[in-house]
Amino acid sequence: MTPLARFWSEFRENRIALVALVVVVLVVLLAIFAPLITPQDPYDMTGLSLMDARRPPGFVGSGGYAHVLGTDPQGRDLLSAILYGLRISIQIGLAAGGVALTIGAALGILAAYAGGRIETLIMRIVDLQLSFPAILLALVLVALLGQGKGQLIGALVAAQYAYFARTAYGAAKSERRKDYIEAARATPLSTRRVILRHLLPNCTPPLIVVATVQIANSISLEATLSFLGLGLPVTEPSLGMLISNGFPYMMSGRYWISVYPGIALIILIVAINIVGDQIRDQFNPRLRK
Amino acid sequence: MLGFVIQRLLQAIMVMAVMSVIVFCGVYAIGNPIDIVIPPDATQDLREEAIRRLGLDQPLWKQYLTFAGNLMQGDFGRSFVYNIPVLELIGGRLPATLELVLISVLSATVLGVSLGVYAGYRPDSWLSKTIMAVSVLGFSVPSFWVGLILILTFAVNLGWLPAGGRGDTVLVWGVPFSFLTLDGLSHIVLPAINLALFKLAMMIRLARAGTREIMLTDTIKFARAAGISEAVILRRHLLKLISIPIITVFGLELGSTLAFAVVTETIFSWPGVGKLIIDSIGVLDRPVMVAYLILVAFLFVLINFTVDLVFALIDPRIRAGATE
Repeated sequence: MTPLARFWSEFRENRIALVALVVVVLVVLLAIFAPLITPQDPYDMTGLSLMDARRPPGFVGSGGYAHVLGTDPQGRDLLSAILYGLRISIQIGLAAGGVALTIGAALGILAAYAGGRIETLIMRIVDLQLSFPAILLALVLVALLGQGKGQLIGALVAAQYAYFARTAYGAAKSERRKDYIEAARATPLSTRRVILRHLLPNCTPPLIVVATVQIANSISLEATLSFLGLGLPVTEPSLGMLISNGFPYMMSGRYWISVYPGIALIILIVAINIVGDQIRDQFNPRLRK
Repeated sequence: MLGFVIQRLLQAIMVMAVMSVIVFCGVYAIGNPIDIVIPPDATQDLREEAIRRLGLDQPLWKQYLTFAGNLMQGDFGRSFVYNIPVLELIGGRLPATLELVLISVLSATVLGVSLGVYAGYRPDSWLSKTIMAVSVLGFSVPSFWVGLILILTFAVNLGWLPAGGRGDTVLVWGVPFSFLTLDGLSHIVLPAINLALFKLAMMIRLARAGTREIMLTDTIKFARAAGISEAVILRRHLLKLISIPIITVFGLELGSTLAFAVVTETIFSWPGVGKLIIDSIGVLDRPVMVAYLILVAFLFVLINFTVDLVFALIDPRIRAGATE
């Protein structure tokens, strides 16, 4: 059995994790195919009518179809807005997580491999940043950089790369001492090749675990920033902004504007975290029977 | 040991110096504050006069030197918006935040450790599985969303608890506290739950992981073989062994809870520092932003320094490692 097949058969044993994985795949598919499924394009301002604003779930609006989950203060169909919002959340989560992973892993492995001054410098900065709460850093950066997808991803990366760097450093540092790395270094292989082909693959398991957690974290962080009014521009409503838009109306009983986008957000984040948990348990040798 | 303390102290001072430069430069790069302070129809003379008075005509490095010099004397500048010393402004808001943070972190730790030890001690019971499932929720669900649901449930639908504000306060040594009056207590319940939930989940996981690992060690096997009762093993041995990571996290979390209070305070209109900073970002009140960030950085450096020191006292290997 290949390691991957073994991993999969072990993963399958945990029913809850399996369900969570199915949910993640399903949500991602829904988000990808949102333009084909949704009755309305929520970004097309001309297609919106204020007559339809803040209607309860099931209301049949000027479009002639039922708004299954109701409408928001701008008259958007909430179901469409949620699916499009999921697209943004997933995009930003993956982009921020991916870039942070690349930068963080590179820095961490470089520090562990190079040692000396470089190691001290990189890890000091990383530790300094880790001691500072990510949310505050992201908050200030977004306020600094202004609104926009690129700026938001930049802020999230800056807030999160340190976690990857710490993890990669820890893994690489302990692998570095092992004989196979010494053996590889004794051959005329280039340093690049030793790092990429020998060191990196053995540092991936902990990085995968951190990556799943951090993708969920970026999605949640993005929603929080958007909720505080510091995320994306109003023309591209992410889930956080939909929730924020509905907040003032909650007191008067129009719960659906905030509640449904929130449920979508939570389903996604919880499912990713459960999958991540299972992967971590499978990688943890101390829990092996 | 003295060498170690001096080394760490120098490091901490370095970090603070670097942080102050970063924060200052970073925050002063946002927009032009003068547009917010002066009405758009002000005359050119009035404008220049205000720029001069606020010191915004100086080059950035000069502004920083003035700022750093004032900082040394405990002067954080005046708020552009409120026109009172920033330290006074933040100091006035700090008790509300500290009250909320302390109540949240303390209750989360006590409850979280008890639940976590149980879940680790009997990992297969249904109650443990429920505890862990709930902790995954507490970990995953964004805290602003929990806040909304708490308001929707307990304030809007049930009408049991107020949705915002601090309620009646009692002055203790001139500082107002909410938790001493019934009305204040009813105001603090929802925000405290909101803020505590994430920490609770974290403490549960930490305590559970520690318990699971330690229950399999020889220490516990020998203690059992010696005929010590399970209750005593849990109380004397287990709690002592898992307490080190828990105390560390408690210290570090105290700081990060302060940061998360930004979200909770915004939702529940809790008049603390977090709400102040969000409002200040909104209107670009730079002196407040800079002072807040520097105070938070200082707090973090202080906590890390203390944690390092405590560890060095406990573990001689760390002391030795620092001098190499």
